[in-house]
Amino acid sequence: MMATRFDPRVIRRDFPTLEQLIHGKPLAYLDNAATSQKPQAVLDALDAYYEHDNANVHRGIHELSRRATIGYEEAREKVGRWINAKESAEVIWTKGTTESLNLVAMAWGLDHVAEGDEILISVLEHHSNIVPWQILARRRGATLRYIEIDDEGRWILEDLDTLLNERTRMVAISHVSNALGTINPVQRVIEAAHRVGAVVIVDGAQGAVHTKVDVQALGADFYAFSGHKMCAPTGTGVLWGKRELLEEMSPYQGGGEMINVVSRDESTWAALPHKFEAGTPNIAGAVGFGAAVDYLADIGMDGIIAHEKALLAYALERMAEIPGMNVYGPRSLEERSAVISFTLGDAHPHDISTILDTQGIAVRAGHHCAQLVMKHFGVSSTARASFYLYNIEEDVDRLVEGLGEVARIFG
Amino acid sequence: MPKTMETPQLSSLYQQLILEHYRNPRNKAELDGKSVEIHMANPVCGDEIRLQLRIEGNEIAEAKFVGQGCSISQASVSMMTTLLQGRSLDEAGTLAERFTDMMHGDEDAAKDRTLGDLRALQGVSKFPVRIKCALLGFDALQEALKKEVSGETN
Repeated sequence: MMATRFDPRVIRRDFPTLEQLIHGKPLAYLDNAATSQKPQAVLDALDAYYEHDNANVHRGIHELSRRATIGYEEAREKVGRWINAKESAEVIWTKGTTESLNLVAMAWGLDHVAEGDEILISVLEHHSNIVPWQILARRRGATLRYIEIDDEGRWILEDLDTLLNERTRMVAISHVSNALGTINPVQRVIEAAHRVGAVVIVDGAQGAVHTKVDVQALGADFYAFSGHKMCAPTGTGVLWGKRELLEEMSPYQGGGEMINVVSRDESTWAALPHKFEAGTPNIAGAVGFGAAVDYLADIGMDGIIAHEKALLAYALERMAEIPGMNVYGPRSLEERSAVISFTLGDAHPHDISTILDTQGIAVRAGHHCAQLVMKHFGVSSTARASFYLYNIEEDVDRLVEGLGEVARIFG
Repeated sequence: MPKTMETPQLSSLYQQLILEHYRNPRNKAELDGKSVEIHMANPVCGDEIRLQLRIEGNEIAEAKFVGQGCSISQASVSMMTTLLQGRSLDEAGTLAERFTDMMHGDEDAAKDRTLGDLRALQGVSKFPVRIKCALLGFDALQEALKKEVSGETN
């Protein structure tokens, strides 16, 4: 579909949550890296599903079950097309990026990682792309190795050839950093990892939101992402994987839907993707995810990306004017997505967030589930403003004004 | 439909006394000869303290802390340590209870003179997500007292 001219002021009207006053002020929602707001189209899709089509999927012969199954599977096809998967059977529904990563760590990792093997991750990772690998490494007696980062929060890849070796089984890396917004050169690492025969999973929790993802062009073996950060309901996520890897993997959880035949001592598994979808899935969530992808496709990723970049450039410029401001992450716009992590003087990020909240401005304060990144920069936490398609320059102006209030109280 | 909610006043939260304790925390140092140490963290925001007490008989002879965090958590623990020196374990327990009451909106507790400077933190009770910050030091204190009573000191 042809995208119309990108206008965030028109787009904002699609999001009912943005229309409210918080503590008497209009809401400036700048916590998008945590989760996005939902457009009316997604809310309508959820309502329509529950009002008309609600039933369990792949089980009943009756009409409602047929409709629920169609909605659930059509959504899978939409999301598959969105990331350019070869086939929708490679799209596994999960409850989010975290579950997708854990699924691979357990269902692939336990069978393929042995004592003395190595798993390579990076210091930039979210805890959900560190802890599952620590658990796996401990259970298997494997070693966890790290790609280090420089003072702008970018991977140091000079020693990549020694970090990767014939013992490396798995490489788990983020496409875009949630803590700093760094857009990582994943392709280079994927190619190098494949040269030593390692399997690569990309954490796309932020990457799927802020870049145009083509899993075939990217060349990774798995790509994990969440729906709720890209306009879909909470509790939705995807694990995309190459068919040949998914085929030979053990199931992650046992139960209904994922079996073919169950006998007393053993069972056979359902075909992809159902092998990894035990139990009644989040059907409404999947339907909502499909509606979110339709909504984003209608607007067009090119417009969204260009808008986010312009807003990011404006925000970085305005924030640089504030005395005592310390912005973390890459200086170059090309290497940064719509996330700004910062500290201001000796005001603790938690205090910054409270002061901004009283003015209706929502930012995140804390370690952003990236304690290794915080440690690297010698801070315990930062404040983080993150943008999405519906944010406007006025949101940035109000953030800057709010930070003035922080400086006044703590100055 | 626009929704509105009660707007808490920032001025009631960030009183000068709180900011002063944040900038110049009292008793912030490693304690020599400590009899009990409790580590307490709030993983949501990264606030973290180690409360150290030297206990003689039934009395807190000395209280110090090390740590980092927001103005509310650090001011609260700083103020708390100034009040703990020379207090009996029972008095310390009562102090923790009174402060917790004040955080949960008890107006009488907020007038209790035994809370000293800590009364400046009354405004925190209007900011529900920050109550945990103010209680960090007291949670550590209560943990320490429990340990002391059960005799598991190091």
